[in-house]
Amino acid sequence: MATTISNPITTIGRLTQEFFCGFGGLAVFSLRMLAGMRRGLPKRHTIVPILYEVGVRSVPVVLVTGTFIGMVMAVQTYNQFKMMHMESRLGAIITMTLVSELGPVLAATMLAGRVGSAMAAELGTMRVTEQVHAISALGADPVNYLVVPRFLACVTLIPLLTAIADSVGILAGWLFSWQVLGINSQHYWMYAEQFVTGWDVVAGLVKSVFFGCAIAIIACRQGFHCGAGAEGVGRAATQSFVYSFIAILGLDFLLTVVLNTTYYLIWPQAMSLAVTGWCR
Amino acid sequence: MNRTNSTIEIQDVCCMFGSQKVLWNLNLNISAGETVAIVGESGCGKSVTMKVMMQLLSQTSGTLQWFGKDVRLMTPDERRRQRLKLGYLFQGAALFDSLTIYENVAFGLRQNNEVSENSIRETVLTRLSEVGLSADIVNKRPSEISGGMQKRVGLARALALGPEVMFYDEPTTGLDPVNSRRIDDLIHSVKEAHGVTGIIVTHDLRTVQRVADRIVMLYPRSKLADEDSQVVFDGTLDELASSDDPRIREYIGDELHVSSQHQVKRPQLENTGRIAG
Repeated sequence: MATTISNPITTIGRLTQEFFCGFGGLAVFSLRMLAGMRRGLPKRHTIVPILYEVGVRSVPVVLVTGTFIGMVMAVQTYNQFKMMHMESRLGAIITMTLVSELGPVLAATMLAGRVGSAMAAELGTMRVTEQVHAISALGADPVNYLVVPRFLACVTLIPLLTAIADSVGILAGWLFSWQVLGINSQHYWMYAEQFVTGWDVVAGLVKSVFFGCAIAIIACRQGFHCGAGAEGVGRAATQSFVYSFIAILGLDFLLTVVLNTTYYLIWPQAMSLAVTGWCR
Repeated sequence: MNRTNSTIEIQDVCCMFGSQKVLWNLNLNISAGETVAIVGESGCGKSVTMKVMMQLLSQTSGTLQWFGKDVRLMTPDERRRQRLKLGYLFQGAALFDSLTIYENVAFGLRQNNEVSENSIRETVLTRLSEVGLSADIVNKRPSEISGGMQKRVGLARALALGPEVMFYDEPTTGLDPVNSRRIDDLIHSVKEAHGVTGIIVTHDLRTVQRVADRIVMLYPRSKLADEDSQVVFDGTLDELASSDDPRIREYIGDELHVSSQHQVKRPQLENTGRIAG
């Protein structure tokens, strides 16, 4: 009886300890990376291949993601909006949702899978084959050499890739709404312009900067601390994606609350204007 | 044995992984110019000892000195500069598989020195030549060359920074007899040509016979009483071969008795540092 009671308690205790240890480890790893950045930025021949890998090679994935999000949004919202005779406002909802929420979150999720897992697997393989130790042995700092360029690549390029996903999604949504659902093209763009503010676009991009940070730090840390052998590398890649996904969702919630609060603090009249606009 | 002019010294070093004691109160002193082989059965902490000496792993407690100075008292920059005097040949060579052979050998030079690319190229080709590799392979990737060649590239990469001490982690493991002999010859030639102090972790008693001036045998901590030293032997090859300690006899078997009576021929060097013949 004592065993059956103590086991769940032990498990909860262990998981709690692991969570805080992991979080602390992540914080320490981030500080090491920031210290590495202070010592100097990566050399051109180090960062360019990583920029290519993270940026250029992710474009197809982002294009596909953006296209389908835009079209799915059009299909999903059309019927509901039609019941309220508001189908002409499809452009507003598609654009708003894409730039402020779905675009950043889904693009980051796809990139956590494509870029983050690849980083974790690559660094994990380097660790198990002692290449990380070799960097230290040759007088270089592995964090500075391996993590800093990946971090910079993710922080700068993931917002850019998100902007591409947003743009393609809006275009795909417009094309589908106009050609398949018969929405007036002019209305699509007019309502999009009317309801989506610069703040929404900036908020989406701010989120993607944070998602980029989270993906890079989590992936690199999982790679650096991966277990032995092929199993360890595989687990590091999987955990990198899972933890990144959780971080993206958590950050999305926090940032949405913070950014919305900030927005209504700066423009208190915006709430009533928005309601009026939808009902007009 | 007189241990003057110490390059690496560890005092009362303990290293634990979780609750497992791998090294416990280990004391070892490596003098300049000597080649020390660290032997012992698997799991006795040979590689851990070497990684602690190189500070690729941190000891749980105890003191490590590089060239007479406590590593913990060094500033990060000083530690980085001192580490450049230490070279490391990894068991699997640990070449960077995303870089070419040339970039691998040039890596340390590019990371640490503000030297011209011409100078780097000259050093890279010289080091590759010293380990018996031609310039034809410089544009290949590590996966395109054999294991023996990878080890030699690893050695060229370590030597490119002109180390005063070289660590060799199981340098002949996984190699055929021809390549094993070639690596042994290189270890010897590195010492003769550059006066480099060598520390070798190996299971290969032939390598020990061919290159070591001094042999240190470690014993697994788990098989020892708390007060026993983990270093069960520290001496020359002849002393090892004639030891009556059952732990040493069990490890070396009859191989060393027979072989030590026949002096192993050590390679002769040309002035360039290349191995002759």
